[in-house]
Amino acid sequence: MSTDQISSRTAGGTPGVVARLGRGLRLDRRYLPVLGALAVLVLMLAVGQARYGNFLSGRVLSNLFINNSFLIVLAVGLTFVIITGGIDLSVGAVVALSGILAASLFQSGWPAAVVIPAMVLVGSLIGLVVGVMVHVFEIQPFIATLAAMFLARGLSYVISLSSIPITDPTIVWLSAYRIPVGETWTITPSGIIALSVVAIAFYLLHHTQFGRTVYAIGGGDQSATLMGLPVARTKVLVYVISGTCAGIGGFLFSVFSRSGYSLTGVGMELDAIAAVVIGGTLLTGGSGFVLGSLLGVLVLGLIQTIITFEGTLSSWWTKIVIGVLLLVFVVLQRVIAVRRR
Amino acid sequence: MGIVRHRLFWPVAALALLIVVNTINTPTFLRIRVRDGHLYGALIDILRNSSPLLLVAVGMTLVIATRGIDLSVGAVVAIAGAVALTYIGSAPDPSSVGTVITGIGIALVLSLVLGTWNGFLVSVIGIQPIIATLVLMTAGRGIAMLITGGMITTITSPPYKVIGSGYWAALPVSVIVAGTIFLVVALLTRRTALGMLIESVGINPEASRLAGVRSRSIIWTVYAMSALFAGIAGLMISSGVMAADANNAGMLIELDAILAVVIGGTSLAGGKFSLAGTMVGAIVLETLDLTVTILGIPPAVTPLFKAIVVIAVVVMQSPIVRNRLAARRRGEPGDPRGVHGVQPAEPSSAEVTV
Repeated sequence: MSTDQISSRTAGGTPGVVARLGRGLRLDRRYLPVLGALAVLVLMLAVGQARYGNFLSGRVLSNLFINNSFLIVLAVGLTFVIITGGIDLSVGAVVALSGILAASLFQSGWPAAVVIPAMVLVGSLIGLVVGVMVHVFEIQPFIATLAAMFLARGLSYVISLSSIPITDPTIVWLSAYRIPVGETWTITPSGIIALSVVAIAFYLLHHTQFGRTVYAIGGGDQSATLMGLPVARTKVLVYVISGTCAGIGGFLFSVFSRSGYSLTGVGMELDAIAAVVIGGTLLTGGSGFVLGSLLGVLVLGLIQTIITFEGTLSSWWTKIVIGVLLLVFVVLQRVIAVRRR
Repeated sequence: MGIVRHRLFWPVAALALLIVVNTINTPTFLRIRVRDGHLYGALIDILRNSSPLLLVAVGMTLVIATRGIDLSVGAVVAIAGAVALTYIGSAPDPSSVGTVITGIGIALVLSLVLGTWNGFLVSVIGIQPIIATLVLMTAGRGIAMLITGGMITTITSPPYKVIGSGYWAALPVSVIVAGTIFLVVALLTRRTALGMLIESVGINPEASRLAGVRSRSIIWTVYAMSALFAGIAGLMISSGVMAADANNAGMLIELDAILAVVIGGTSLAGGKFSLAGTMVGAIVLETLDLTVTILGIPPAVTPLFKAIVVIAVVVMQSPIVRNRLAARRRGEPGDPRGVHGVQPAEPSSAEVTV
């Protein structure tokens, strides 16, 4: 029923290979980038399994979630911002700020019940500052979040220059606890938090009026305003969401590394942006999916895993492969966009 | 009164303020000494340290004027340094001038190729500039690591050292190189139609194409220039320390360069650009770094200072604040006309609906 409606909407486009493929599969071409990411993921899993034998084990796949839980949360937050046509460069620095703040608060004896909310709130606060800069002062998101990046990085340098270990029992428990799922699968509390964030974001973006407004702003700022949508509030809110996600990401990262360090997360925003793009979200705004970003992070994580499995490849190949993959997906998106016209 | 409205007022004011603070703290700050026929002093240091940033920022200004952005310059800086030093280091005689010139040539040609690649992605394939250059930004560091084999390459080669720390006619060579390129670009864009063509592409690519401007080749050229200048900056940076660090050379220089451009009053939305503003922006950023060092503040706090200065400057330049200030001066409620910075915003937002 619903697929029929979708395919009838796309049928008007220029006939072409992609269109015919899309119609044949009765799929909206909007989903093609996401399916592409899914295909790459499956392909990588298959190649990994064929090459290393023990690749498709519960342990490897569980580790994928454990090692990338923070990146999943960052990418989900960024998805909101990017769909509105904005960008958030501050997330990596916020992860560092939130981590180092927590570590120093733990050091002076604050309980986890205070510190963990503080970690998330510091992210929301930075997000709010960015939102106000973007909306009230009409500073381009790129520059506003760049300033926020320096601000967050600077604040974390002020808190401490050296790495502070976290010995708080709650964090230690969170980092060590494993919930067995079935025979070989395990999931950590961090993984559960990350997946909950994905679920909440999925609901927010695809099933609420707020979510529709996010897409409408990406499609056209002025049209959204003329439609009477709450553009101002939504525009500020997406940055608060991204900041909050960065705060949660900082929390997950400090659980993962059990320490706070002001130099963590340098370039993490680029990984997150790459994941979002690979997941099928257009950087021009107006189109994208939360689940796509999740797939994007998993693809990036798998690249890392394969290079680790390969053993002989140096770690810098990761960067080159990510760059090439990014290129392939962007060109794919471009092809789809041209066909649509 | 009128001078406050000039778009360079706030950046120049910030620079003046920094210099005053430094002079109060160290009265000898403004002194320039002559030793062995070379000029020395804090001001010369600022000029020399800002040379690589200025070069990158000049290229960035042109790219931003066409409504683009080039995130890959940091990676190009790393690649250029890595290529030049690896070639010179593996040559039989690293100290010969011929070797050094060949090494520089290879590095610059490679930079041009990388810039052409960016330009190809943006102008022919039609990928958004931020993503097209993100590809090279991500992969570029990996490529640089590949060239150096993951190690920090160091060499001893007096001729190569000249680029970063040599002197010519009492001035540091890097200042002369950056200054010459700045002047050439300024002359090319302001004394020929090139500048206007670049602006027209940035204001409306489609309209300028219909008007007979070859926007594709202009976009292609600015990305190539941006990478070439980044390559030269990479040579300067690697020559200054005589080492190629694929991981850290030119780290975040793309962001500093974009900041310099924005502080200088060029809008990221494309169109009108100010090379003089970019120069002021680059010098402000470098002075800020030096100020933090001189005042004895831990250098790690620099980002916080930078953030505060940047936020202050961009907020002062934002349409809402400018309108308020202009209205207060004229004693009337906000009038959007007659204030620089508001006018360019209107055509660009109108185009979105076209």
